[in-house]
Amino acid sequence: MSTQNQPVGFNEAMSNGDPVIVVEQLAKTFLLHNLNGSVVPVFTGVNLAVHPGECVVLSGASGVGKSTMLRAIYGNYIPSSGSVQVRHDDGLVDITHAPPHLVLDVRRRSMGYVSQFLRVIPRIPTLDLVMEPLLENGVDPAEARERAEAMLADLNLPRTLWSLPPATFSGGEQQRVNIARVMVRDYPVLLLDEPTASLDAANRQTVIKLMNRARAAGTAMIGIFHDEAVRDGVATRLFDVTQFKMAA
Amino acid sequence: MERADVQHQDDAALLAVRGLNKRFGNVVACHDINFELRRGEILGIVGESGSGKTTLLRCMAGQIDPDAGQVVFNSRRHGVKDIFALSEQDRRRISREEWGYVHQNPRDGLRMRVSGGANVAEPLMMNGQRHYGQMRELTLEWFEKVELDIARIDNKPRTFSGGMQQRLQIARNLIHSPSLVFMDEPTGGLDVSVQARLLDLMRLLVRDMGLAAIIVTHDIAVARLLADRLMVMKSGEVVEHGLTDQVLDDPQHGYTQLLVSSVLQI
Repeated sequence: MSTQNQPVGFNEAMSNGDPVIVVEQLAKTFLLHNLNGSVVPVFTGVNLAVHPGECVVLSGASGVGKSTMLRAIYGNYIPSSGSVQVRHDDGLVDITHAPPHLVLDVRRRSMGYVSQFLRVIPRIPTLDLVMEPLLENGVDPAEARERAEAMLADLNLPRTLWSLPPATFSGGEQQRVNIARVMVRDYPVLLLDEPTASLDAANRQTVIKLMNRARAAGTAMIGIFHDEAVRDGVATRLFDVTQFKMAA
Repeated sequence: MERADVQHQDDAALLAVRGLNKRFGNVVACHDINFELRRGEILGIVGESGSGKTTLLRCMAGQIDPDAGQVVFNSRRHGVKDIFALSEQDRRRISREEWGYVHQNPRDGLRMRVSGGANVAEPLMMNGQRHYGQMRELTLEWFEKVELDIARIDNKPRTFSGGMQQRLQIARNLIHSPSLVFMDEPTGGLDVSVQARLLDLMRLLVRDMGLAAIIVTHDIAVARLLADRLMVMKSGEVVEHGLTDQVLDDPQHGYTQLLVSSVLQI
């Protein structure tokens, strides 16, 4: 984070840094009690380490478990076994066993997650929604406003929309609000689940640029991108999830 | 953010419930409830009617005596104490000075015969504040915070709409800077349009004041937007307890799976 203006190359970052995400022996199986106790195995034995400045893209066909893996890394899904350690301040926190307040603190300050869908309290203006993660981290309101406005401008969201709640926005506009809410903070770790799925080509390029800017500043990323152009534009490495697929 | 800082500085729980049990005759209302709450945390309690949510809330707030178990509170005045080991007088004092209790029906939490302003100012008076000018100033400040029209300050609560009454009740319960607020279905009787603004207001107040809150609700959407952690109750027992998004997106218990999959989509 103290890289100043000097762009940190991916190899250099790798040789310098310890990993900021360490996934070990991760497995996930769903047990559905109300469907006659059906067992839905997803993946098992996943090991993955991600360094600052890396963008690891999860690959594999639909239904192979990419989103499930990403959610397990964020602590949104509870893995059946294994661990996910994330760099938080000066140490690693095991998301799968940390107490709730610590997981929330990791999410507040160290690990951002861009989901496919925007889920917010209704009737709040877009600009306020984008400022919120900054205010939560104690950023001064004037600075928060400035940064939120700059982020929305970067993402080409028309200024006329800033004072409106996003409920009536198009899919692509909502998705950009969603990206802005996360990217406005400089999280050292970013997880992205199809952030560009409903964007047109020009906006996709903008998001690629933002992601590469964050990566150059040392952010470690794990993402899912079905669009090949996006994948090629951001990935430093592909991670094929298929190999960990469990037979049903 | 202050909330994070506070959590770092103060590792002790603000409230700890241990082995709490309560029955009404043959009916088990709360069975062996255990959990801790930290400063700045919002805990949601969800479950169907009759699952014991409100009974648990009322036990924690010292309004009904549990049959067994402890409710240990980190009091500014008394230190870390089981509230049921304190005298009735001390318990009431904690409730008055350090807690808030927001009822589902504002009529249960407001005094309908005195003005809106007096309702908001009263907790200050009950806590020994005698300076009229200061009380008035703080009351005006709180009218603004909960977005009530100051011109209505002398009107009786019954002339207010349901949403306004609920905001009045929230101001009345926060004006004395409690460290813990209990809320029983705070948005239960309100129009959806009013609900959204109230939810946002409560979230901001909790964030800015760094207070802890326990919110009983049967509305899973409300729980998702407000609560950091969620406890799911069924027949007096906690069947699941964890981070809100974990419990709702990856429910482990059969009952929670049923509850989550039954929510209507719009």
